[in-house]
Amino acid sequence: MTQPRPRKQVHLAAHFPGVNNTTVWSDPASGSQIEFDSFVRFAQDAEAARFDFLFLAEGLRLREQHGRIYDLDVVGRPDTFTVLAALAGVTERIGLTGTINSTFNEPYEVARQFASLDHLSDGRSAWNVVTSWDAFTGENFRRGGYLGQDQRYERARLFLDAVTTLVDSWPEHAVVADQAAGRFLAEADPGRFTISDSQFDIAGHFDVPRSPQGRPVIFQAGDSDAGRDFAAASADAIFTRHGTLEAGQAFTADIRARLTRFGRPRDAVKVLPATTFAIADTDAEAHELAAGIRLQQVSPATAIMLAEQLWNRDLSDLDPEGPLPDVDPIVGESTVAQGRASVRMVTDQLETAQRWRAAAAEHGWNLRRTVAEMGNRQHLIGSPATVADLIERYVDSDACDGFILVPHLVPGGLQAFTETVVPLLQERGVHRTEYEGTTLREHLGLAPLQRPAGRRTA
Amino acid sequence: MPTTGRVVCRMDDGTHGQRQRLPMLLGIALDGAGWHAAAWREPGVVADRLFSAGHWVDLARRADAAGFEFLTLEDGLGLQAQPWNAVAGRTDRVAGRLDAALVAARIAPVTSRIGLVPATSVTHTEPFHLSKSIATLDFVSRGRAGWRPQVSPRPAEAAHFGRRTMAAELTDAAVTELLDEAGDAVEVVRRLWDSWEDDAEIRDVATGRFIDRDRLHCVDFEGRFFSVRGPSITPRPPQGQPVVLALAHARVDGRSPSSLVPRSDDSSAAVRFAVRSADVVAITPADAVQLRELLDLVAQESAAAGRTAPLRVVADLVVLLDGPDGEPAAERRARLDAADGSPLVSDAAIMAGSAAELTDRLTQWWGSGVDGFRLRPAVLPDDLDTLARSVLPELARRGLRTDPAPGTLRDHLGLARPENRYRSTVDEGVPA
Repeated sequence: MTQPRPRKQVHLAAHFPGVNNTTVWSDPASGSQIEFDSFVRFAQDAEAARFDFLFLAEGLRLREQHGRIYDLDVVGRPDTFTVLAALAGVTERIGLTGTINSTFNEPYEVARQFASLDHLSDGRSAWNVVTSWDAFTGENFRRGGYLGQDQRYERARLFLDAVTTLVDSWPEHAVVADQAAGRFLAEADPGRFTISDSQFDIAGHFDVPRSPQGRPVIFQAGDSDAGRDFAAASADAIFTRHGTLEAGQAFTADIRARLTRFGRPRDAVKVLPATTFAIADTDAEAHELAAGIRLQQVSPATAIMLAEQLWNRDLSDLDPEGPLPDVDPIVGESTVAQGRASVRMVTDQLETAQRWRAAAAEHGWNLRRTVAEMGNRQHLIGSPATVADLIERYVDSDACDGFILVPHLVPGGLQAFTETVVPLLQERGVHRTEYEGTTLREHLGLAPLQRPAGRRTA
Repeated sequence: MPTTGRVVCRMDDGTHGQRQRLPMLLGIALDGAGWHAAAWREPGVVADRLFSAGHWVDLARRADAAGFEFLTLEDGLGLQAQPWNAVAGRTDRVAGRLDAALVAARIAPVTSRIGLVPATSVTHTEPFHLSKSIATLDFVSRGRAGWRPQVSPRPAEAAHFGRRTMAAELTDAAVTELLDEAGDAVEVVRRLWDSWEDDAEIRDVATGRFIDRDRLHCVDFEGRFFSVRGPSITPRPPQGQPVVLALAHARVDGRSPSSLVPRSDDSSAAVRFAVRSADVVAITPADAVQLRELLDLVAQESAAAGRTAPLRVVADLVVLLDGPDGEPAAERRARLDAADGSPLVSDAAIMAGSAAELTDRLTQWWGSGVDGFRLRPAVLPDDLDTLARSVLPELARRGLRTDPAPGTLRDHLGLARPENRYRSTVDEGVPA
């Protein structure tokens, strides 16, 4: 057992950054986004700092703007499962979290991939369950965009149920492997399952014995009401967006209340916002650094593209160093950009444009500067002590349980955090200096799973 | 352009006179505790570790050190050791497997030379996922990825997906249909591997462009079975095209652990798939006569398909050698058969004998013109260790092969890195 801890522990994780303009590929220190060495370096830095897990996002179609592949951000990424399995071979303890879509996969395959990854990493796998419905992505798959938008959470929920049923289908001691007695299995035909619901009608035998964690740790990443319910009902952790302390407290309180409604303990789900950072010796230097990164993140060409996403109009004639568009955004379904979750999240285009105009007028910013200042996602800015204070305050006041850090550089971008802030958090006794457990469930302080006992009847 | 780094042997094969040949290619087929159903009971096997990373890392390192050009990993989408359309109901055989592509990825960083060839279903798995999975295996192994596409004809496997049904009785027409679909799947995967040109990533700070999108290509595949738009989300892998290996069974018995292509007296359909889709074809001749027949069949089908690219042909052999403690192979085989309660059967020929006998057999078959072998050890690691200790060194001594130098799997097989089918035509000498 671990020592009782006096203070709430901070959970830290690392997001390998990629396909959006957070990642500054133009920096001389920026390395490959695809070579395995970059992933190894990144994972090993995170493990050396005793992070809970590494996080990989996924997108199943290259994004487009005006019907052409979007070329200003990093483009291209590896297969999630494959790179995580390889990383299991060059790390020992850090959790391996993969984002896997429940729309363009089938439960049998996803269950055997996660069960396999969990075996191959000795219990370090986690699944960020995402869902999509768009016909745009569907064009890369046999079934196309077959799912209605209103069905996507239904599909995700039943998909997760199905995967849970599958990985639970092998009892813990199904493999006896008694050589002398010649008995490999405790009982014949293990892994029997039957699943029949509105999304799936499948039956047979699952073919991967129970893995060290039983099932992967489950992450949820949607912000909608349906997404929050999905998390409260089924997830172990939430990958969320970072905001103010108050917004974080409200979000966490909402999740805790939903957990109670679903009959789960209030701390059964860890709330982990994704957060960028800029750290320097002094707060003033850190803010200067952050401003520089913001401009790197928004090149003149990127400024036009991001403005087009908000305005939902062709703004290619605009001067990025000139004023904002003098017309209002076209409200409604984006006709400009495809394959981009962030565009779908903007629901208040007119109001946002108004805020941008007001800020530009107040500060005398041109378009590029406005996009850089208003569209940025930077949050933890300051000296190491300031950032450590911020992190502690957010966690102590239950605005979250920790952070998923998103550096702006690959592969060395974590270093500024791990070398300066992590030692402070360790000194303060809120971040581990050694892994106490071996599995990701243990790192996250999640309660042991209930023994599988036919959770679901056909 | 990178070409093969392999030494070319000058061989006198007795029938075709002097001709240049590659060294004998050797692959090792890994599956569970080995290819005998009772293998897991052997003292050299840590039977309760078959689903651990340690088991696979240990086998892969032994195979890498031994000098095999590649290893293969079996897979399926259902429990093995069953008749092909039913469940066995036994407790005395290994059941369960880890995903082969992920096992390959897990062992990639801890091996250095050996090619990694996982099997995957192309019947139920999306070609788009397969393409990025194998491309990524190529990245994490630094150019050592291969892939064995296989069809999944079992009704039990189809029921795990619930999207199509398979007839209990498998007809030749159904086999052809599945293989046609497999051909389309491989075509899509190959197009997706090429959907990024090698120099697509430009990082042009002046214009703010990370890629030159004119060097990315939609694959726009539309076939009888599915359509896929592309491009891939994963850049072109180090080998350009990872190595595709197809197993063209001559015949298959349902009890074989590898029985993923169903019984068919006519192997032409599988060979036709292989010559259209693969870089390496594995055949399963029962004897030297069948070996020559199958080599002829492959040559005929290659010609009929208008194939000009090299196709490596390897023969599959189950190898059951003298035991680690000197137990003669015949006795060892009888003991293992008795333990399982039934004799070892396989779609491939079974070579039960001493290391010297196996070496002679390989030498003789090599003389018939086959490029190499995929050896299926009856017991892992025992028979793998005997191969490493006694067979590979003797083949090297006879001048038939050398251990592969560091390099890609294509290098090991003497296959050049292919041009990209979508490569833009550029006016050379005209400055941009």
